[in-house]
Amino acid sequence: MNHGFLEKNSIVLLIAILIVVAIGGIVEIAPLFFLHSTIETVQGMRPYAPLELAGRDIYIREGCYNCHSQMIRSLRDEVERYGHYSLAAESMYDHPFQWGSKRTGPDLARVGGKYSDAWHVEHMRSPRSVVPESVMPGYPFLAQRTLDYADIGQRMTALRITGVPYSDEMIDKAKADVVAQISPDSKEAKELVARYPKAQVRKFDGGQGAEPTELDALIAYLQMLGTLVDFADFDAAGPNLR
Amino acid sequence: MPPKEEVVAFSHAIALITAVLGLLLGLVFTFAGADPVMRFHGLLFVVFCGLAGYWVATHPRQGGPSEQASYMDGPIKVATFAAVLWGVVGFLVGDVIAWQLAYPDLNFDLPWTNFGRLRPVHTSAVIFAFGGNALLATSLYVVQRTSRVRIAGYWLPWFVVWGYQLFIVLAASGYVLGVTEGREYAEPEWYVDLWLTIVWVVYLLVFLGTLWKRKEPHIYVANWFFLAFIVTIAMLHIVNNLTVPVSLLGTKSYSLFSGVQDAMTQWWYGHNAVGFFLTAGFLGIMYYFIPKRVERPIYSYRLSIVHFWSLIFLYIWAGPHHLHYTALPDWAQTLGMTFSIMLWMPSWGGMINGLMTLSGAWDRLRTDPVVRFLVVSVAFYGMSTFEGPLMSIKSVNSLSHYTDWTIGHVHSGALGWVGMVSFGAIYCLVPWLWKRRGLYSIRLVEWHFWIATLGLVLYVSSMWVSGITQGLMWRAYDKLGFLKYSFVETVEAMHWPYVIRATGGVLFLLGGILMLINVWRTIRSDVSVDIAEQPSSAAAPEMRPGAAAVPAE
Repeated sequence: MNHGFLEKNSIVLLIAILIVVAIGGIVEIAPLFFLHSTIETVQGMRPYAPLELAGRDIYIREGCYNCHSQMIRSLRDEVERYGHYSLAAESMYDHPFQWGSKRTGPDLARVGGKYSDAWHVEHMRSPRSVVPESVMPGYPFLAQRTLDYADIGQRMTALRITGVPYSDEMIDKAKADVVAQISPDSKEAKELVARYPKAQVRKFDGGQGAEPTELDALIAYLQMLGTLVDFADFDAAGPNLR
Repeated sequence: MPPKEEVVAFSHAIALITAVLGLLLGLVFTFAGADPVMRFHGLLFVVFCGLAGYWVATHPRQGGPSEQASYMDGPIKVATFAAVLWGVVGFLVGDVIAWQLAYPDLNFDLPWTNFGRLRPVHTSAVIFAFGGNALLATSLYVVQRTSRVRIAGYWLPWFVVWGYQLFIVLAASGYVLGVTEGREYAEPEWYVDLWLTIVWVVYLLVFLGTLWKRKEPHIYVANWFFLAFIVTIAMLHIVNNLTVPVSLLGTKSYSLFSGVQDAMTQWWYGHNAVGFFLTAGFLGIMYYFIPKRVERPIYSYRLSIVHFWSLIFLYIWAGPHHLHYTALPDWAQTLGMTFSIMLWMPSWGGMINGLMTLSGAWDRLRTDPVVRFLVVSVAFYGMSTFEGPLMSIKSVNSLSHYTDWTIGHVHSGALGWVGMVSFGAIYCLVPWLWKRRGLYSIRLVEWHFWIATLGLVLYVSSMWVSGITQGLMWRAYDKLGFLKYSFVETVEAMHWPYVIRATGGVLFLLGGILMLINVWRTIRSDVSVDIAEQPSSAAAPEMRPGAAAVPAE
């Protein structure tokens, strides 16, 4: 074809450009919504409990993803440093994904349970008091701010629209569940754990107040990262978990 | 041809009605917003629409035969100056966060000053505010000259330019106040995204409308690149920002996709923000400003055709190289790597086309620092587009990913290519737009060039060192087969490279300030201190010796 034709017709040029740039994306993105390996469910995965979700929103708000990845690659040193490589299913409820692109700090995909709550509290207040060489900013204000969770039910409703399987009950009890997760040994906490298996219940920031702080939410989120799938009996090749 | 009277009255009425409707919408957000940031942004919107409405009301469109007689340069002047100003802001914030990485106490333990919130301010300021305004200015300038016709629309070009500035202010103030979607280079929340979509579609219409009524039979090659940039960015922006807002009156939203699908969509967007915003658009600049400044035709017409179509076809596939060895399926990673490597060829084709345009005028490289900016930028383009394919190879990427090597690579492209080609274009544009015989000082441009180049070399080399060091330390094993270094030991090793990088950043910032001074004094019409040293192509076209009275080119 004579290229002059395209050069003389702006609309034809526009349409030609659109067709040419659409192809790559369609081939690479569309199949991911249908392929078994990218939509498989793995035992243990569940949506975030309300307090964890609120913590995740703080993680996003503060831009933690700028320095921390949440994606362990299938490389020997990474698996030895951080744990089992990340599965696609492990971020299936992550809107948006937080895999990150830079490790100024370490990967956090399996940071849950690695450190005590007290360590996290101190580390957030003053990172260099526990890791002298760290270059992380301090977040002392998190412990002082009460968590704003007035719209947590609405947030879960929005997530349900995107496909996260929150039930009506989960959304109705959302606010109560935020408080339940920092109230150990309560009846509400038992119900919370029934709704969100493996949810950890305690006052995460070590404080005395009955109201959850932003630090409670953030630590609740960090402490559950990577803990949902039990890799002791996970078999990547086996059908039992799929 | 003068516009019809009905058209004039209609455009005036529509502009006023839009401003009033915008004002009302802003008031709704100001008073009913679900969170403080939404109320603040509502107020900003009220102020924006109020000022726009006031301006339209007090400056009614006159119409008449003189309206369409000349090129429309007002919005281009705004975008040009905005590019310079935002550039300095973006470099400054970038350097502040670079020092924060070397000396973390500079985060001041406050929410508004921590690295996590400021880094998106830096990336958005340099990519969208500096780069975006440079693209707005050059594309609207070039499309008029190469079509020999005044831009389409009367208020619309103004809306595009000022609406874009509002987008920048909404986005950046949102980040500082903790409003972000948490997706790299696409951080603005849903309502800011919607605003940008409106501005961008109008931009496309204005650009396309100008092409439509052109008096040249052929669409010039620079406009192919600008058109591809505008329309592809629209596609990427819309698909990557599909979100579900928590409340129509609140700032928070959640992305429609999750996990693997979201990651692939984001890096399809992310890499093509590089490919179409930072490459295709700036290639449009290369294809106009290098030939104009050195007064030579483009080296090869055929090469530009091959360059254009192969570049835009291949670039779109490259996204998965950001996701090597992740939970993204292997076939997608391999596709991304393969196309990234193939991309090397059209990139170098474009580089050759730009460089060889200097055939017969190589001396200009020595005598004109503006040409040097333009040409060295193309050389850096060549370097980054060789390094990129190299880093997209899976085995190389296993070392480079997550490290500062990526940061160094991005900056050799951003400072070397995007920055320098923009500086060159701005130094061309300012005297051309403001009808001056030349820049205030070409020697100041010389200083800018060398300071920026030195800063760039410090930046990129320190990031190579820190990136490769850290990548090797992460995977080092001792004799007994244990990992040799803890993570924090690798952080400690980064300190001096970070200090050197931040020092390079200071130099680059200084260069930007020199440019601001030079541009400001040129606009203020200060007497040029070294006009004798400037080439005739430095002057505005109508002020060159022997220029025709009609500004046709």
